[in-house]
Formats: sequence, structure tokens, C-alpha cells
Amino acid sequence: MEPVTSIRPLLAVAVAALAALAVLLLNNRHKLRDAVSPLAAMAMLAIVASMAPTVLAGGTVELRLFEILPGVEFALRADALGMVFATVSSLLWVVAAIYSIGYMRHLNEHAQTRFFACFATSLAAAVGGAFAANLFTLVIFYEVLSLVTYPLVYHHEDEEGWTGSRKYLVYLMGASKSVLLAALALTYQLAGSLDFVKGGLLATVDASAPLLTVIYFCYLFGFAKAAIMPMHAWLPAAMVAPTPVSALLHAVAVVKMGVFCVLRVVFHIFGAGLMNGLGLGIATAYLVSFTILMASIYALTRDDLKARLAYSTVSQLSYIVLGAVLLSPVAMVGGIIHIAAHAFSKITLFFCAGSIYCASGKRNISEMAGIGRRLPWTMGAFFVASLSMIGTPPTAGFVSKWYLALGSVEAGEIAFLIVILVSSVLNAAYFLPVSYVAFFRTEALESPATVHEIPLVTIPLVATAALSVAMGIFPGYFLALAEGVVR
Amino acid sequence: MAFPLLSLIVFIPAAGAVVLMFLRNDGAVRWTALGVTVLDFLLAIAVLAGFDTTTHEMQFTEMHPWVPALGITYALGVDGISVLFVFLTALFGWICVLASWVAIDRKMKEFMISLLAMQALMLGVFCALDLFLFYVFWEAMLIPMYVIIGVWGGDGRVYAAFKFFLYTLAGSLLFLIGVIVLYIEGGGTFDILALTAQDLPFRVQSWLFFAFLIAFAVKVPMVPVHTWLPDAHVQAPTAGSIILAAVLLKMGAYGFLRFSLPMLPEASVHYSPLMLVLSALAIVYGGLLALAQDDLKKLVAYSSISHMGFVTLGIFALNLRGLEGGILQMFNHGVTTGALFLFVGLIYERTHTRSIAEYGGLMKAAPVYTSFLALFTLSSMALPGTNSFIGELLVLSGGFAANVAVGAVAVLGALLGAAYLLGMYRKVALGPLRLGARSKVYDVNLRELTAILPLAVLVLWVGLYPKPFLGIIDASVNYLLEQVHGGSQ
Repeated sequence: MEPVTSIRPLLAVAVAALAALAVLLLNNRHKLRDAVSPLAAMAMLAIVASMAPTVLAGGTVELRLFEILPGVEFALRADALGMVFATVSSLLWVVAAIYSIGYMRHLNEHAQTRFFACFATSLAAAVGGAFAANLFTLVIFYEVLSLVTYPLVYHHEDEEGWTGSRKYLVYLMGASKSVLLAALALTYQLAGSLDFVKGGLLATVDASAPLLTVIYFCYLFGFAKAAIMPMHAWLPAAMVAPTPVSALLHAVAVVKMGVFCVLRVVFHIFGAGLMNGLGLGIATAYLVSFTILMASIYALTRDDLKARLAYSTVSQLSYIVLGAVLLSPVAMVGGIIHIAAHAFSKITLFFCAGSIYCASGKRNISEMAGIGRRLPWTMGAFFVASLSMIGTPPTAGFVSKWYLALGSVEAGEIAFLIVILVSSVLNAAYFLPVSYVAFFRTEALESPATVHEIPLVTIPLVATAALSVAMGIFPGYFLALAEGVVR
Repeated sequence: MAFPLLSLIVFIPAAGAVVLMFLRNDGAVRWTALGVTVLDFLLAIAVLAGFDTTTHEMQFTEMHPWVPALGITYALGVDGISVLFVFLTALFGWICVLASWVAIDRKMKEFMISLLAMQALMLGVFCALDLFLFYVFWEAMLIPMYVIIGVWGGDGRVYAAFKFFLYTLAGSLLFLIGVIVLYIEGGGTFDILALTAQDLPFRVQSWLFFAFLIAFAVKVPMVPVHTWLPDAHVQAPTAGSIILAAVLLKMGAYGFLRFSLPMLPEASVHYSPLMLVLSALAIVYGGLLALAQDDLKKLVAYSSISHMGFVTLGIFALNLRGLEGGILQMFNHGVTTGALFLFVGLIYERTHTRSIAEYGGLMKAAPVYTSFLALFTLSSMALPGTNSFIGELLVLSGGFAANVAVGAVAVLGALLGAAYLLGMYRKVALGPLRLGARSKVYDVNLRELTAILPLAVLVLWVGLYPKPFLGIIDASVNYLLEQVHGGSQ
């Protein structure tokens, strides 16, 4: 099918970038300023959705802008994999934009203009990355995303904020200015291009196996946003950010950008054939399995709810990579749809953590005894999202884990089936106690007068919990896209 | 006879300097200097516009006998490599005038005369096609620069100016010996193109290569002959630092490109491993030194050593990507580091300190200043989307092709760059405002913004659409490669 040329991929990026500009200009008119983000999010969602029929039909929507270097263009292309990421980001931005207003107003946060401007720019970068047609364009958006989320991480400007944000930047920039840079230079030198090629750009290149292996691992660790151990430590550190940031950016946009880049490299730079030939798939699978289990164990030991969620994210991101590197079509589908499944559920969990913090000022799970009685909607949504993370039917997490499990069997790698099952038990072990404490431990019941649901905060989290269930029942859209990638 | 555009470009600043001598009032001096440099810049743009990118031949050539008995001619011309630096020099001409508008508090007239003289000589170096003429410009440059540092510099200016003079003079003497040897061995001509066509025996090439190496390495500067640079930068007035970083440091690399590579191709190929190692050393050593600095100006100065290491690495990778990247990186380093020194100057004018530890939270007091500072900081650390990333990617690509180990070490330097630059920016711009009552920090004014904007445009233009810039140098680089590898076969 011929690619459709259209300005829409660029428009999706531009609408968020312009929103950031509008936020800055409306610095002193708070109501107008706050209205900008939800409106821009809806516009972006509409633009992304308008491209869905073409992509679902197996086509692509692209816009080639200009040549940067010989063999390297600045070009955008909405393909199936990009649509998964773009749909998730833009859809959840609508919800998160509303949530942010409620959260920031309720806590009377400082520097709200900076916050909303950086937030919108982050989305521009995320969707730009989703639609990047080659590695060069992707890396530009990747780096922009690192930079504009930095002020969001140091938002509170206290000791904790500076330390956390420093770690954030050291990890992300450190990885991209060392191993990622080397990988890019070597790839460009070998292939003379940085294009995404079906079957792998490097598959046709004459290079030694050790060199290709080195390049591959440079990519894997260079995209530190994917948080594969030992490049994960920035993510818990980033939790010093306000909760809407942790929710949309550090559970969806930023981390998904990381795994998205890894998936691009696996599918379109190396390709299944080369991955298999070099034995890279299985090596990576063991590496991410370690991350899956280890991060879950870390999560078990954390009493701070956001820290527990962060380690859970580290673990869940590796599911996505695991699915991709098993290189069996079913596992790949599982990995790809886990991008969406994890996004819907994890954003809900973070929204809940923020809701609890707004309502009661509490961050530690041990202090949340009985809070479910006061915040029934919040903790109800938390329970639903927990089930999805564990992988219980009929939630989104069940669908993706089903495909992952089936894929491990299809690939003939039973070890990874065990990893998936064990980690699901671990998921249950660190999520369910939260619900238990909230609903059944009542020794320190708060007065309902001070702790109550905040509508602008609660409505979005109920919506995303509903999305987690809806995707479990109607996974068709994401499945179709994922199959489009694998086909 | 064709219109002598290059002569005009070279001599308009000189003529401007003469005119300034007769002016009394500082205001008139400033505006005249600005007018002269802007006119020069417009002419440089005219050269760029009329430049034919499809050929490696010298263009806008002028040729007049000067001392026929010795084979000395007055010959000017530009190819794809030099035309880029003519443009860069002319651009920084008026930026330096603007940067000195109020920063120079005494002897304004004499300062502007030195500045214009400097510009004329630097343009002469890039345009000269006669070795003797080149040498005259090259040596004469030392004098106005010595004066600029020695008279208008900081407290240690005399020491710094003297050190600068000694180092470069030592290099120049070796260069002079090389020039004489070339003249004798090359058949009694000073014509650079004719000398390039000579096929010198390898032994002669080797000796000349090392003579030139020391001469040019001092200018680049390469480790271990770099120690004059931090002193000169720290003591020089803002405009002096800008000229040093943006143009003077390019002279050494330009020397390699104009003399070492095409005239001594076999030696260049033979000794390229040595050059690659020296480059990698400069990249890492400069980066480590920059990491340890508290003085903002010293930090930028040491970062220059590291960045110029990338330039020489690219050049001596002796392949297309390396050379194109190296030359582009010369241009980029000029733009970005020139801008950074401008920014150091601006903040020094306001706070009278250069200690990074004393800054903090400038974002709150001067948002425009810090926003542009962010752009140039990111450009300096070669963030994708900025000019330096294109250069760095090409250099590394070429470097890896030449030697994987050297490429890997260079990547380490890129990492160091991110460390000291981001650390610097955080301490200077973010956090609580620290300088507070002690000094009045105000944002950039219109004059300063005028100087900043074209540089910011170039950062993003080269970063996203480097094609026109690479197009200018392409034919010449390909020809240069032919000369180098043709000679070694």
C-alpha cells in the first residue's frame, strides 16, 4: 500500500508545541492557561485518531520534510507501532491534563506555568518520537523529552528535588551521550543511513558479529528510558516530581519512549533475522527477565507508594521488551499491546497515589489504613488497576500477559513462561496488600470531613480504570495494530 | 579584470582602522567600527552567495606580482573550506564590536583599531593563496591580539599576553623554517597551489610534517602545547576571547587542511595514527580539566581544547565523513564557543565574578539570557538537533572507520562534555537566586540580543538542515581526499 503523504503527523506534534507556547503567553490568566492543555490534548487525540483507519488498513501516513545528512532525513511517519504509542499518549494526555489541573490547584503548587508548558512540550516530544520515521528524528525527540521533563522532576526545587533530578539527568544524558552516541555513529558508518527498514537496516550490512553485538547492547543500554537494569535507577529518583508527571510521563510517555526506541531497534534496525543469527534475542530475554524479577522484589520492599509503583514500572517495561525479543509473532504482539495495557493501568495507580496525597497528605502505604472508606472511588480504581497489573481477566493486563505467555510457549522458551508467572505472583504480592490495608485495616480511621474525594482528581482516575477494563474486553484496536507491526 | 571582492573584504577593516585614528569621540568610533564590520559581513555574504559549490577550484581569485624576483605574488582566492571561515570571521567582526560596546572602559579608539586590524589579518590568512602572503598575515595577527590581551585584559594580562606570544611565536618560527624548506624543495615558488602539486620525497615530507605539526598544534591547541589558552582566555576581554575561540583556534586546523594534508599527503597518512591518538588525548584531557573548573571562562576554554580534539580527530581520520565532520565542527565550535564566551562576558559585566559557585538561579533574574545560554550549552554538548551533533556524529562515524579504539575514547569525551556543561548550567541558571543584592543582574538588552540571535539561528540551522553548509565544503573535501590518497598510492 502506498504511503499517504499528509501533514497530520507534524500537526499532532505542533498542536502540543503550540499549546506550550500558549501556556507561556497566558502566564497571568490562570483559567485560560489551564484550559489550553485539555483542549490541545483533545485536538491531538483527534489528529492521531484521524490517521488510525489508514494505519489499521496496513498503510502509513508520512511527511518527509528535508534531508539532514546523506541518507538521513527529517521525516515523520505514522505506522502501526507508532500509532500504538501515539494513541496511548494522546488519549491519556486528555485525562492527565484534567487531572493535573485538579492536582496542581488543590495543592496550590508553585510555577504552574512552567509545569504546564513543560508538560505539553513533553507530549509533543513523545508523539514526535512515536511518528519519527528514522532513528535520527527519533533521537532528536528522545533528547527533547529528556530535557523538558527535567524541570518537571526538579519542580519542587527542594533538596530532594535537586538530588532526584540530578540523578535523572545523569542517567538519561549519560547513557545517550556515551553508548547511544557510539551506537548511532557506528550504525551510520556501517549502513550510511539511519532509516527504519522492515527486516532490519543492519541485516544487509557487512560487519563482524562482535561489532554488531556491541552496537546492539549500546542501543539497549543507551536508551536508558527503557529502564533495563542497571539503567533503571533514574526512575525511582524521578518520583520526586509532582504526581501527574509520575503518572503520564514516568509511567507512560517517557518510559514508553524508551521501550519504543528499543522496539524500533529490535524490529527495524536489527530485525528478527539478525537478532536470531547473533543470539541477541535470547540474551536480551534473560537480561530483562532478571529486571522483571529483581524490580518486583524491590517493589515488595518499598513502603512509599510511588516508589513501589516506580519499581513496578521498571519490571513491567521489561515485559514489553521481553515480548519483542522472544521474536515469536505472538510474543511480539503481547509485548506491543502491553505498552497500552501497562499505560492505562499504571497511570490509574499513579493517579490514585496522587489522589491519596491530595486528600490526606499520605505517601506511605503503612499510613493508609482504612483510607478506602474515605476514598472509595480512588481505592476502588486502585484495586481494578492492580488486577490489571497482575493480569486477571477481564482486564487489559490479562490480554497482554496471555499473549506473552502464549508467545513464550510458541518460542519454545518455557523459562520465560515461568518468569511471567512468578512475576505475576510478585505483582499480586506487592499490589494487593495496598488494597487490603486501605479497606480492611481500620485502626487509624480519618475523619471524613478532612479526607474526601476531589472531583477533578477522582473523575480522571475512574476513567482510566474503566479504560483498563475496556481494553481487556475490547482489545481489538491495539491487537490489530500490533499484528500490523508483526505482519 | 574581475571585481576584487576578496581584497575589499580583507582591506575594508584595515581602511576602517585607519579612519578610526582620526576620530575623537567614542560614540563615533563605535558606530564607525560597527558600520565597517557590517559592510564587511555583507560582502562576505555576497561571496557566499556567488560561490559555486560544484567545483573545488579556487574562486574569486586575484593575482598580482609582488616581488617577482623571489616568486612572491599577491594572490587571493577561496575554496569551499576557506569561504566558510571567511564568513565566520566576518560574522564575528560585528558581534565583537557589539560585545565591546560598553565592556571596554578605556582607550576605546585604540581597542577598535586593534579589533579591525585583527579582522583584516584573519581574513587575509583565509584568503591568501601565496605562502609568503599567508605567512605575513599569519605572523602579523600576533601583534593586535597581543595588544588586545595585554592592554584590555584582566589583572594577569601581561603574563597571559606574553605566554600567548611566546607559544605562538615558537610555533611560527618552525612554520617559517618549513616555509623556507618548501620554497627551496618546491622549486622556488610561493604559490600554494603549485606547491600542493609538488611530489616531495617522503623524508622531506616527514620533516615538514613535524615542523608544521608543532606550528599548527600550538594554534589549535593540541595537548600538550595548550597551556597558553586558558590564561589567554581568562585574561582577554570578551571580544578577545570571542576572536580567540571563534577564529584563531581555527587557524591551526586550517593549516593542517591547507598545508599538511595536500602538500604532505604521504606523511599525513603515515603519521595519522599519531594524530588520532593526540586528538583523543586532547578530547579526554580537555574534558577532565573542564570538569574541574570553577571559573566559568576557564571551563569554556578547556572545553575548547576538548572540542578542537574532535576537529583534529575528524581531519586525520582521512575519510569523507571525518573530514566533513571536522570542518563542520570547526565552524560549529566557532559559533557555539564564540557565543559562550559572549555569554560569559555578559554575565561578568553584570556580576563582576566568573566563579560558578557564586552564581545560581539566574533563570529568575534573567530568563532570556538563561534560555539562550541553555541553547548554546546544549549545542556545546552536541545535543541532537543542534549544530555540534551533526559534526560530532560525522567525526565519530569517520573516527570509528579509522580506528575503533580512538572512536570509543572520543565518545568518552562527549560524555565528559555533557557532565561539565550540564553541571555548569544547573549551578549558574537554576536553584535560588544567589547573587541577589550584591550586584544588579538584568536581562539582555536589544544590542546584546542582536549579537546573540544570528548565532542562535546558526545553531539550529546547522543542527537541523546542515545540507547547505556541507554542500559548500563538499567538492573541496572530496578533492582534498583525492590529493591525500592519490599521493599515497
